[in-house]
Amino acid sequence: MSAHPNPTMTAARAGFTTAMGLVIEREIMVRLKSTAFMISTILSIVLFGALVAVSGALPSLFSSTDKVAVTSAEAAEALADIDDVEVVDVGTVAEARELVSGEDVAAAVVDDAESPVGLTVIAQRSAPDSLVNALSRVPTVELLDPDAPDPALTYLMGLGLGLVFFMSAVTFGSTIASSVVEEKQSRIVEILLASTSARALMFGKVIACTILAFAQIALTAVAVLFGAAISGNDLVLGKIAEPIAWFIPLFVIGFVMVAGLYAAAASMVSRAEDLGSTSTPIMMTIFLPYMAVIIFSDNEAVMAVLSYIPFSAAVAVPMRVFLGTIAWWEPLVSLLILVVTTLGALLLATRIFERSILRSGPKLSWKKALTEA
Amino acid sequence: MITLDSITRSFGSTTVLHDLSFTIEAGRMTGFVGSNGSGKTTTMRIILGVLAADSGRITVDGHDITPAHRSAIGYMPEERGLYPKMPIIDQLVYLARFHGLSRSTARRRGLELLEQLDLVGEPSDTLESVSLGNQQKVQIAAALIHQPQALVLDEPFSGLDPAAVERTLDVLKGFASTGAPVLFSSHQLDLVERLVDDIVIINRGRLVATGSTDELRRLRSRAEWTLQGGEDMAWVRDLPDIDVIELDGSWVRFAASHSDAAEAVLREALTRGSVSSFAPHHLPLNRLFQEVTQS
Repeated sequence: MSAHPNPTMTAARAGFTTAMGLVIEREIMVRLKSTAFMISTILSIVLFGALVAVSGALPSLFSSTDKVAVTSAEAAEALADIDDVEVVDVGTVAEARELVSGEDVAAAVVDDAESPVGLTVIAQRSAPDSLVNALSRVPTVELLDPDAPDPALTYLMGLGLGLVFFMSAVTFGSTIASSVVEEKQSRIVEILLASTSARALMFGKVIACTILAFAQIALTAVAVLFGAAISGNDLVLGKIAEPIAWFIPLFVIGFVMVAGLYAAAASMVSRAEDLGSTSTPIMMTIFLPYMAVIIFSDNEAVMAVLSYIPFSAAVAVPMRVFLGTIAWWEPLVSLLILVVTTLGALLLATRIFERSILRSGPKLSWKKALTEA
Repeated sequence: MITLDSITRSFGSTTVLHDLSFTIEAGRMTGFVGSNGSGKTTTMRIILGVLAADSGRITVDGHDITPAHRSAIGYMPEERGLYPKMPIIDQLVYLARFHGLSRSTARRRGLELLEQLDLVGEPSDTLESVSLGNQQKVQIAAALIHQPQALVLDEPFSGLDPAAVERTLDVLKGFASTGAPVLFSSHQLDLVERLVDDIVIINRGRLVATGSTDELRRLRSRAEWTLQGGEDMAWVRDLPDIDVIELDGSWVRFAASHSDAAEAVLREALTRGSVSSFAPHHLPLNRLFQEVTQS
């Protein structure tokens, strides 16, 4: 045996956080360099922004100016306060009738002593509603709680938040899954595991995906606010600030849990083709509570339960905050339950990941992976 | 020097490594030989710490192996693995940084290695865009990128054309000559025979033989000789203590229990006519391998 020139055969090895940082950096760079990812991100941002901008401008798009013939100064005065009406002065009632039947004007307003409001509206088939409403006498309306949540808006908010959570969980869940399978299928995972731990690998991927998902949503939110500002739609800005403030932490933590589970599911298969069978159960555990939140959005009791279930908390808690039916401590308890569940899920996912990542051949079932973990 | 001491490993109820012990000497190329499924890949994974052994220990120069030791090993897994869609140089830099190399050092070293290995293609090309032989070169570069002080290579020559085999050999020999231990597995036994200093043969997870190639030959039950005479050699069959293995007219290959018996054959042949060659017969490694694994 010859003298060893390297009596201490050692080399530097990146620590856990450094290694995790390397994984995070690579995962993010790969996505940012992917045209498909960038196009879908930009598209969704532009789409959401434009949608809100257009929705604010929607009423004016559908309105049009009607020409209305009048025979007297009283009638013209009565129309003066109505928007979108162009007054055409005519001499007689007969002349006005002629213009209406020739469809030169949308309607005519003539004096009528027998009418309760002293005016008659003449139109071809139907009188414009805005015109009739404006000329009608209306009782005084007293609203006891003008700020009470609009059920339609509550439903829309649930749908919106649910969609954001569900879509990003599934999209980025699939991203993380395919990234795990790519490393497993190409076998580079063996080289990586020779230089770092499976844990650093998995956590790096989960964190990278969470950063990307959150960045995408934050950009979309900016686009939505920008769109709202353009259209002067203050509905988006005002009342939902507090629900959104709860949505953010619940979403981020819930997302980490889902991403971890997706990573574990992906580690159980050897080929991308088998991914569907192990990731479908996760998708269902996100999808079913999401559906429940939308279906039972006006059922107080069900919503209360859903706000404590980790998979639906991110949507149910903000909705109950918006409705004002939640006690101040409830979101905190819900957050705590979510944090504990997420830690448990990550622990489980890590164990499954560590055991399955080098395994090749037929896919593992969840049952088998769980009993072995 | 890396030493495996009584390594045992099971998967479920199947024991794939039984009490395996051998040493990879510093500065020597050690060939790791065994049929498919004999446990070579599992052994290499255990050395690298990718898999854990159920029992037994691995030492480096007498000390228990640590992650820092393992980080100093360049590893090339049997099932090749790199990112297909990532630029070649980027993945080399990525892998090197896990070993604490800076981005710029890793890049410089990566470009050097790719040039040494004669990569056909640009370092900025994606892996999948270059030929399989070139992908293999990148794989070797990936094992060497962090300036390892030992190498563990699983089938490093499979998929290489003869020119690339020679080039890779030069790189590996150059590496071993710096005094580093090198272990590589191969089923191309002619190549192993030509290349290695030491051989480790395993069969069904058990060590069959280990030592230098010469030592292994000496281990054989009986030595063989060949003799080229001037006339028909059928008479050799009638000599005592001689076992004729192959006879082709005036050429004979025989086994003898000791060299005196073999020399008796030579003397007899000389009295009968001319002898143009007489030499001990070196069994090619593949025959030796068959012999030790089938016994």
